[in-house]
Amino acid sequence: MLVLGADRLRADMSRLLALLFHQGVLDEQFLQLQQLQDESSPNFVSEVVNIYFHESEKLLRNLRALLMERDFSDYKKMGIHLNQFMGSSSSIGANRVRNVCVAFRAASEQNNRAGCLRALELLEHEYCYLKNKLHELFQIEQQRVLAAGVRYPVQN
Amino acid sequence: MGMAAAESQFHVLAVDDCLLDRKLIERLLKISSYQVTTVDSGSKALEFLGLQEHDQISSNTPSVSPNNQREVEVNLIITDYCMPGMTGYDLLKKIKESSSLRNIPVVIMSSEDVPSRITRCLEEGAEEFFLKPVKITDVNRLKSHMMRTKMMNQKQEIIQKNQQLEEHKPEESDSQLLQQQQQQQQSSNNNKRKAVEEGLSPDRTRPRYNSISTMV
Repeated sequence: MLVLGADRLRADMSRLLALLFHQGVLDEQFLQLQQLQDESSPNFVSEVVNIYFHESEKLLRNLRALLMERDFSDYKKMGIHLNQFMGSSSSIGANRVRNVCVAFRAASEQNNRAGCLRALELLEHEYCYLKNKLHELFQIEQQRVLAAGVRYPVQN
Repeated sequence: MGMAAAESQFHVLAVDDCLLDRKLIERLLKISSYQVTTVDSGSKALEFLGLQEHDQISSNTPSVSPNNQREVEVNLIITDYCMPGMTGYDLLKKIKESSSLRNIPVVIMSSEDVPSRITRCLEEGAEEFFLKPVKITDVNRLKSHMMRTKMMNQKQEIIQKNQQLEEHKPEESDSQLLQQQQQQQQSSNNNKRKAVEEGLSPDRTRPRYNSISTMV
C-alpha cells in the first residue's frame, strides 16, 4: 500500500506542477531550480523558496507601508522595492507575481497612486496563491519521500 | 611551477547584494565543481581580493606568482550590476585599474536587458554579461575564460623564469654566440614552416570556433 502511495503522490506532484505551469504561476526557471537539487543539496528548492517567502513578505510590508503614508510621494523608493521583488520572483520562476510587479512598476512610474494601490492588492493576492500552492507542493514531496523510504519486511 | 596549484579547482568570487541570487549562483558554481566564495557588496569583494577602497600601488617586485597580495587565489569574479553603494560596474572599474587584479576575468549579471549598460561593461573589460536568472549554460561559459587566463599566467611565469636564468648565466661569450646562432636558425626554420603551412591551407579544413558552442 505504501509503495503505491509513493507513486500516487509523485503523480499528484506532477499534476500540481503541470497546473501551475499551465496557469503561468510558475515558469521554466522553477524547473531549473529543481535540476540544481540533488543528493549533495537535497533541500535546495525549499531553501531557496523559503528565502523568497521571507524576502517577499518584507517587501510587501514595505510597499504597503509606503502607500499607506498620508503624504506618500517616494515613488522612487517604491521602484527600488519593486525591482527587488521582480528580480527575486524571476529567480525562482514566479511568473505571475513578476508580471504583476511589472504592471505595478508602470503605475509607479506614472505616479499613479490609485493604480499602485490596485496593483498592490493584486500582488498580495497572487503572492498568497503562489505561497499556498508551493506549500502544497512541498507537503506532497515530503509525504512522497517518507512513503518511498518505508521498506517492506522480506517474506520468507 | 606550482604543480600542486594546477590540480586544484578554480575559485570563483561571486558578488550580489540579494541573498536569494547569492544562493542560486553559489549552487550553480558548486554544481560545476568550482570553489565558491560569496560576498554581498563590492567593497567586501575588494577586501577579499586584498585591495582597500583606495587603490594599492603594488611594489615593483618582479615576482613569479601574481598573487602575493592575498592568500587565496581568485580565478574569476562574477558580480551583479545593480547593488547599493558600489555597483558591479564600479567594482569592474576598480579591478581593471588595479595592477594586481586586472588580469582576473570579470563577468557581470543583471536582471535588466539594457544594451547601453551591456556595452559599457564589455568596453570596460568585462568578459561576459549574463541576464538573470543565470542558467547552467551561462556558467558553462566561464571555464574558457579561466583556462585562458591560467595559460597566460603560466606563459608569463615561463618567460620570467627564462629571463632570470639568462641573467644568471656565467659569462662565456662563446656559448652566448652559439645560442644566438641557434636561435636565429630556429626562427628562420619557423618562418619556413609557416610559409609551407600557408601553402597547404586551402586543402586543410581548420576547426571553426562556433560562438554558440561552449568550450569545456
